[in-house]
Amino acid sequence: MDFVKGLRCRECGRTYPVEALHVCDYCFGPLEVTYDYDALRRSVTREKIAAGPLTIWRYADLLPVSDAAPVDLGAGFTPLVRADRLAAELGLTELWIKNDTVNPTASFKDRVVSVSLTKARQLGFKVAACASTGNLANSVAAHAARAGITSYVFIPDDLEMAKVVTTAVYGGNLVAVRGNYDDVNRLCAELTSEHPTWAFVNVNLRTYYAEGSKTLAFEVAEQLGWQVPDHVIVPVASGSQLTKIHKGFIELGKVGLLDEDEPHVRISGAQAAGCAPVANAFVEQSDYVRPVKPATIAKSLAIGNPADGWYALETVRSTGGAFASASDPEILDAIRLLARTEGIFAETAGGVTIAALEKLVSNGAVRPDERVVAYVTGHGLKTVEALAGTVAPTTTIDPTLDAFEAALDAGDLSDGA
Amino acid sequence: MSVTVRIPTQLRNLTGGLGEVPVEASTLRDAIGALDANHPGFRERVLDDEGGLRRFVNVFVADEDVRFLDGLDTQVSDGQTISIVPAVAGG
Repeated sequence: MDFVKGLRCRECGRTYPVEALHVCDYCFGPLEVTYDYDALRRSVTREKIAAGPLTIWRYADLLPVSDAAPVDLGAGFTPLVRADRLAAELGLTELWIKNDTVNPTASFKDRVVSVSLTKARQLGFKVAACASTGNLANSVAAHAARAGITSYVFIPDDLEMAKVVTTAVYGGNLVAVRGNYDDVNRLCAELTSEHPTWAFVNVNLRTYYAEGSKTLAFEVAEQLGWQVPDHVIVPVASGSQLTKIHKGFIELGKVGLLDEDEPHVRISGAQAAGCAPVANAFVEQSDYVRPVKPATIAKSLAIGNPADGWYALETVRSTGGAFASASDPEILDAIRLLARTEGIFAETAGGVTIAALEKLVSNGAVRPDERVVAYVTGHGLKTVEALAGTVAPTTTIDPTLDAFEAALDAGDLSDGA
Repeated sequence: MSVTVRIPTQLRNLTGGLGEVPVEASTLRDAIGALDANHPGFRERVLDDEGGLRRFVNVFVADEDVRFLDGLDTQVSDGQTISIVPAVAGG
């Protein structure tokens, strides 16, 4: 059994049963899963969670679907790495990287897809689909293959080669759409009306899908010994992940898994300067998230009209966080900085997070005495093209000892420290 | 001008189940007015109390988001399609 009470519109409060509904029939507001927190408080314990699998499914009670055999490739329970060398470079005392690059298809999307396709199967759907900037495409194609169901994955036709290959290999239908992500998203929103028997994980299953991101908060708290960090930095595309990480920390307090019932975590957001509708609204102190036409190498964050942008803005403001945005060169520098200091190779979105963290430290929004967690949510091998021309062999030599010694003597190589 | 309006599932209870409805209009605002005249209740579902587009409703004229055009004052021309689409999160 699960602890879901129903669905509720975040805008107008109308309630709905647990079905494949993603927006309020009345006002189009997003629907939110509501839980029986009193029952959860009586049932969920740290020990019960610790005895669960080393995946997101150890938190099944706090997810919107219960299934003894979920659609699962092993998403979640990724390393939380203490990042002292990066902290020293940035002027922080306690920094952690949530390294979500090491999920089964190398991004955090495996969390939300595992949850949404498990729910889709329970609701009777036989087809999985999505609109994607790439990472979701990988994950839906892989999980659909694992579950043995048909998939239709829609992507912009200018996606990075690696993300195309790592989707197509799973053998589902891959539809490249001439346009940007917002065009693909609109097409899929319309297709949802025409193909109501397909589970578009981030459209008609979105209510359940988004809940999977709460596990990013659950894991961080558990890995810190059931304590919350002071401040987290989260990349923002649609804004959903950021709001769900916040919901995750709050829920842990509500169900009694923390020492405090009302934890306070400051949440800050990171966007690419070439697609920063939410960061712009924050800087302009506006309540209106004005859509933009994306122009950034961080394609996984290139959503010009973010559906949850308003809620991300509200969450950052209410928790005392801030936003920062990073230019393409800053993103590339930050990818190399993280790789060089911590041995973690992030995709462009991870570069955005680290570059934004750097800025938030220098403008005082992130304080040196805070315990900080930065979410790095996709692997660098997905976006190697972005680094073309910026990294290369240190030197190229003939296969002789003399040639190597000559290169050393010439000062071409450094001692690395 | 005769334009076609594509109706999302959530509003088809107002259009007798139709997914596409023709209307006569020269701007998006006219089109919503015409829809409301033919299908009472349409306006309040798409517009908020101040008369602007609801935050989670996206409207496209000839596949372009009207927030990049002139919003409700966006001109429509003969044969064009207006799409009303709920905002959805991405990835």
